[in-house]
Amino acid sequence: MSTAPQTTFEPKTATGRITNFVDERVGGSGMLREFGRKVFPDHWSFMFGEVALYTFVILLLSGTFLTFFFDPSMAETHYNGSYVPLKGVEMSVAYSSSLDISFEIRGGLFMRQVHHWSALLFVAAVSVHMLRVFFTGAFRKPRELNWVVGGVLLILSMAAGFTGYSLPDDLLSGNGLRIIDGVVKSIPIVGTYISFFLFGGEFPGTVIIGRLYMMHIMLVPALILLMIAIHLFMVVIHKHTQYPGPGRNDRNVVGYPLGPVYAAKAGGFFFIVFGIIAFVAATFTINPIWNYGPYDPSPVSAGTQPDWYIGWVDGALRLMPGWFFNIPMEWHIRFPWGVNTLSFNVLGPALIPAGIVFTALFLYPWIERWVTRDNREHHVLDRPRNVPTRTAIGVSGFIFYCVMWAAASSDLIATHFQVSLNDVTYWLRALFFIGPVLGFIVTKRVALALQRKDREIALHGRETGRIVRLPHGEFQEIHAQLDDYKRYKLVGYESPVAEEGIPNENGIVTKKENLRAKLSGFFFEDRVAPATPSELEAGHHHEAIEASDDDKAIKH
Amino acid sequence: MKALSQKRRHPLAALALLVMGLMLTGGLYAVVTTMNEAKADTTTFTAQQVEEGEKLFIANCATCHGMGASGSDAGPSLAGVGAAAVDFQVGTGRMPMQMQGPQAREKPKQFDTEQTRELAAYVATLGDGPAMPAEEFIDGGGDAAVGGELFRVNCAMCHNAAAAGGALTRGKFAPPLAGVSNSHMYSAMVTGPQNMPVFNDANISPEGKRDIITFLNTIENQGSPGGAKLGSLGPVSEGLFLWTAVLGVVIGFTIWLTSRTS
Repeated sequence: MSTAPQTTFEPKTATGRITNFVDERVGGSGMLREFGRKVFPDHWSFMFGEVALYTFVILLLSGTFLTFFFDPSMAETHYNGSYVPLKGVEMSVAYSSSLDISFEIRGGLFMRQVHHWSALLFVAAVSVHMLRVFFTGAFRKPRELNWVVGGVLLILSMAAGFTGYSLPDDLLSGNGLRIIDGVVKSIPIVGTYISFFLFGGEFPGTVIIGRLYMMHIMLVPALILLMIAIHLFMVVIHKHTQYPGPGRNDRNVVGYPLGPVYAAKAGGFFFIVFGIIAFVAATFTINPIWNYGPYDPSPVSAGTQPDWYIGWVDGALRLMPGWFFNIPMEWHIRFPWGVNTLSFNVLGPALIPAGIVFTALFLYPWIERWVTRDNREHHVLDRPRNVPTRTAIGVSGFIFYCVMWAAASSDLIATHFQVSLNDVTYWLRALFFIGPVLGFIVTKRVALALQRKDREIALHGRETGRIVRLPHGEFQEIHAQLDDYKRYKLVGYESPVAEEGIPNENGIVTKKENLRAKLSGFFFEDRVAPATPSELEAGHHHEAIEASDDDKAIKH
Repeated sequence: MKALSQKRRHPLAALALLVMGLMLTGGLYAVVTTMNEAKADTTTFTAQQVEEGEKLFIANCATCHGMGASGSDAGPSLAGVGAAAVDFQVGTGRMPMQMQGPQAREKPKQFDTEQTRELAAYVATLGDGPAMPAEEFIDGGGDAAVGGELFRVNCAMCHNAAAAGGALTRGKFAPPLAGVSNSHMYSAMVTGPQNMPVFNDANISPEGKRDIITFLNTIENQGSPGGAKLGSLGPVSEGLFLWTAVLGVVIGFTIWLTSRTS
């Protein structure tokens, strides 16, 4: 007889024997026990990360299909496929094979559209997910690093999108590449060399599609996969955040366990997302490359725009004036070796707004932590209104982005709303500076007003709309008290106060500390304090009197 | 030949060369600029039509274009614009103009085909200009692929590669080309209405124009292989559709999935 504990479980069915065999060797049940018990809170806004993950899987599947038929060669050929308006036209093999995928390969056009639509949805889901994380404060300790990983994923997804957008070598994507070439060339001194290195000679050259292809199908997806792995690993370590509510605190997670409920939901959701994408791809055209014709550096079509996620950078370029009144934005600077040109009119808009957005995005968790001196772990999210200044900063950045985003479609705004293109540009230039400030002020006021409304409701209850006339002729509206669960949401949040500068060990308030104190004031000086228990008590007492008056009135 | 090479250092050689160069350029220019006019007025109008056209002109157009179409502050002289210009401007309803603005907008036309021809007949008598397009060039029987290339090089920068139209400066615009008749497309190319440049026969040959028209007919009639076109406006309408409709449906499903049955 062998040792006893090994033989305690004797599977009775064939399936049982196979799973037991595997389990004894890899210990799967242990992992399943650990992961299956991971609890995920239920809220619709938590699912955008999943949408991003699923669209990435769809991208891998449809992208693999496309690589079977796509040829990234820039050799010249004459089109001989079934699309009549391009018959016999000289074009690159890359464009020709993209047309073949669209018109000759069975299901090819559908797969191209699946790939492109899911790419747009992928970046959109990543963006919405990040907005959710920002506005609910989910980036706070211990999740700062995961926020950074998320930011890197956003940049990588834009890179994946752009490299893919350029592959078909049609007129539209070629125009986009030309803009990238212009931006690269505007880098002082080394720009021309980088451009020649990138394109293997003068633009467009004969190598760029092949190079972008390698980045698009290998380097960028591999980096995205790596980042996703790190991202999910950290999600498991940190556990999921949850919205505030009764019984929820920083030490627990209220929700469903992964197995079986959540796993079923998540698995089903993958097919739902796939189904939506498939439906849209089957019924709505995306990137009709046959309309644009082969790339040729001479024509530039009206209405040339990048895909939405690059739009804001394109918009910044459109907003930038070449001349500021009488001052040119392109400078010729004399050096001992000759004259160098600094094209600030291209370099500035291409790099500065994106630099501002991404720097702020990556640094924000640390800035807020420094200002609040809050070093505790947070697993319960903030309602955006309860952190008015952060919410206002977020909206301000969002508007900054959206103004540039709108500028990328300035020509379509002009034609479709029958206004002058120049006026659209002037207004957007003004909004570029004024919009974020206005957005900040308005959002902060709205958030504070909502907080006051919450406080009012917590103290005095909800207006029922029932008007009662008292015996002495007075009219009163009956207020209904909230139940404890609902009231908890309105009063159960932290509201830090603005801090004075704290002297260091030598008793001196340093300049840095002074700045921190000022920022702390900026964040919290006009806070609306949540109703305290004693205030609630007083408020309810008042209500009780009213209610008893009411009772009397009715009894009479 | 030897004499010529010996004289090449003569003090007047440079002058002689300059004169020869100027004459050559001038001569070529003269030939090129007359190529368009050479084809003018191949269609004939009857005297009756001219007479009727003048009456219509005085009643409807002279307010801005002046008596005898000599022009005024409100409208240009029409001498030499040709019958094709009338065919396009009046035939598409752009003239008489609804109001002064960055450019005349298309609207329901005010004159029927016969009246438009009469007006064209009258304007054609004012001076040589592009004639009504010949039938052979507007039959849409050219080479769509060649037309497509010509269109992308010459037209797409304003009208968009899919002929969906585009914006110009200060409220001017290039209209979408779907639904424009072949005859009007041809007239527009030879007369350059509103803010459009003239594409004369030296610039794009009549056969080339025929190819362009064929291309536009083809893309208008072929339908959209990939499904609904979203206005053929490119990535902006695609992005807008994604952010509204697609993301809206996705959010709908997330709300459904996380709702409880309580």
